[in-house]
Amino acid sequence: MNKLVASMRIALRALQVNRTRSALTMLGIIIGVAAVIAMVGVGAGATARIQAQIQSIGSNLIMVTAGSISSNGVRLGSGAGVTLTEDDANAIATECPSVSAVSPTVRGGVQVVFGNNNWATNAQGVTPDYMTIRDATMMYGQFFTADDVDAAAKVAVLGETVAQTLFGDADPTGQAVIIKNVPFTVAGVLTPKGQSPTGQDQDDVILLPISTAMQKVLGANKANAKAVGSLMVQAIGPQAMDQALQEVTDLLRERHKILPGMDDDFTARNLTEVYAAQESSAQVMSILLGAIASVSLIVGGIGIMNIMLVSVTERTREIGLRQAVGAKTRDILSQFLVEAVTLSLLGGIIGIIVGLAASLLISHFAQWSTKVSLLSVLMAFVFSALVGVFFGYYPARKAAFLDPIEALRYE
Amino acid sequence: MAAVIEIKNLVKDYMLGQVPVHVLKDISFEIERGDFVSIMGPSGSGKSTLMNILGCLDKPTSGSYKLDGISVANLNRDQLAEIRNKKIGFVFQQFNLLARTSAEENVELPLMYTDASARERRERAMAALLAVGLAGRQDHQPSQLSGGQQQRVAIARALVNDPKIILADEPTGALDSRTSIEIMAIFQRLNRQEGITMIMVTHDPDIASYSNRNIRFRDGRLQGDERVAQPREALKDLEQLPAEQPEELESA
Repeated sequence: MNKLVASMRIALRALQVNRTRSALTMLGIIIGVAAVIAMVGVGAGATARIQAQIQSIGSNLIMVTAGSISSNGVRLGSGAGVTLTEDDANAIATECPSVSAVSPTVRGGVQVVFGNNNWATNAQGVTPDYMTIRDATMMYGQFFTADDVDAAAKVAVLGETVAQTLFGDADPTGQAVIIKNVPFTVAGVLTPKGQSPTGQDQDDVILLPISTAMQKVLGANKANAKAVGSLMVQAIGPQAMDQALQEVTDLLRERHKILPGMDDDFTARNLTEVYAAQESSAQVMSILLGAIASVSLIVGGIGIMNIMLVSVTERTREIGLRQAVGAKTRDILSQFLVEAVTLSLLGGIIGIIVGLAASLLISHFAQWSTKVSLLSVLMAFVFSALVGVFFGYYPARKAAFLDPIEALRYE
Repeated sequence: MAAVIEIKNLVKDYMLGQVPVHVLKDISFEIERGDFVSIMGPSGSGKSTLMNILGCLDKPTSGSYKLDGISVANLNRDQLAEIRNKKIGFVFQQFNLLARTSAEENVELPLMYTDASARERRERAMAALLAVGLAGRQDHQPSQLSGGQQQRVAIARALVNDPKIILADEPTGALDSRTSIEIMAIFQRLNRQEGITMIMVTHDPDIASYSNRNIRFRDGRLQGDERVAQPREALKDLEQLPAEQPEELESA
């Protein structure tokens, strides 16, 4: 310990003597570390944004949409079929052990009017399970209840965009709005969720009890009064997703009397999985940015090696003298290693500060969220120390194994 | 008195390209504890090589060398470094002080490679500086000291570890004659009062006349080895020199 402090002092003195040179050498490491910190921060920010979006669509979500049908050779889009019903939803809820909640959903475009304001939006008929399935919370008022669904009550829950457009910043709870000429009471407003992973505004929506929506607003399907467009299914946990998907598929095939070998008349998709692919691509970008930035760290390390070699040559006589008065191989080795590591660590610390500042500037001016984790700071610190050891070792070894006679005689 | 240095049948060959050069050819001698020996000889006579071997900086090709009873011929690099650290003090012609480093820290240098604490290092360095008459100059850097003062810092550095022997390679080669005699006065005092064995290479017969024994080299062989009948007294010689301001006050 005593010796380490002593070699630190020797190293700091040697670095002070050549201040400009030390600063320029450190600059390589500073730029390298700052680049790594900032770039990984940018990547992590992007990943975090995508994660937040995935959270916003609801956790452990399986979407079941009615399959496409073809009539007379014309294939209609998915959801056009009438194969999914509220009864399917109830059956899934009761018979699939890996499913915790199901909400049948119908949707359609509506014009909503309040006073002399009006707004075209998307109405969804859902059940109260929607709240848990989508991880939704209320900003104002209450979500409608199962009783409201049973009674086909004329209550509506507004998305934040709709509320903002019609009512401004005021709390619209208890106000009356007119949807397709039917008066509704506003039960509450959802907490905004922002963009979906596909870029849609998730707050531009009106939620109605599914019964009310089918009977009074969107109109029931003529072929099957109980048909719904889709089912939102929530699995009991992230690990149960595959199991839940299998159970839902098996149950629906059985209920729809689809023989083995025939295609499903519905589509069940694990939405989380779809969006997780985007997340992993953001992570790949993050790693790529970090890797490119690390190249500059390596270049900085080579700069250290270069300067340390010059320093060893310049101080050959000093090394010879130290050897003559009793410095052992490892004493000289540690002296020059400590010097290299001091250079790279000082550079690393300054680089971390510069990198943090850079990512703050990026967030501020480029409106690009960055997220510098403690881990990446620690990694940068450790990595810069390792750069010092790695690139300092060769010059230090060269110094340690000088022949003392030659070194003392060196001019 | 027991011998501090015993050399028997010492041979040192170098390979100069493909040609072997015999630098030291079968040399045997002993140096007594507490002696003051000067080694003389023309360039190329092998005296520098001998000094390197005596200083444990180099190993003999064959033959034996015992320093303070330890056979050093078969020691490795780090063991030799330890012997140099514990038993030998070096004084060089060009002083070899670390630039931009205070006198005190220069003197501390050998102690950096021991277990001595910072406090102990400082105390011993100050004591060594006092012994060479440089008390009060501990914070001066080499560039602020005269040649004689720099050589005295170097002597303090050689002393600081309580060595058995001090090896001086042309210690007065870069100094004027008065300063040279001052250095000899310090050598004689260390030799007589502290009992340190002094071994000194010099070209100058005047300087050699301050030693007790004179070994002469030529062509890698011992040519002469005689005791100096009446070594000169450096202190007396200094008194007889025309009065001059004591050096300590010159560059203050």
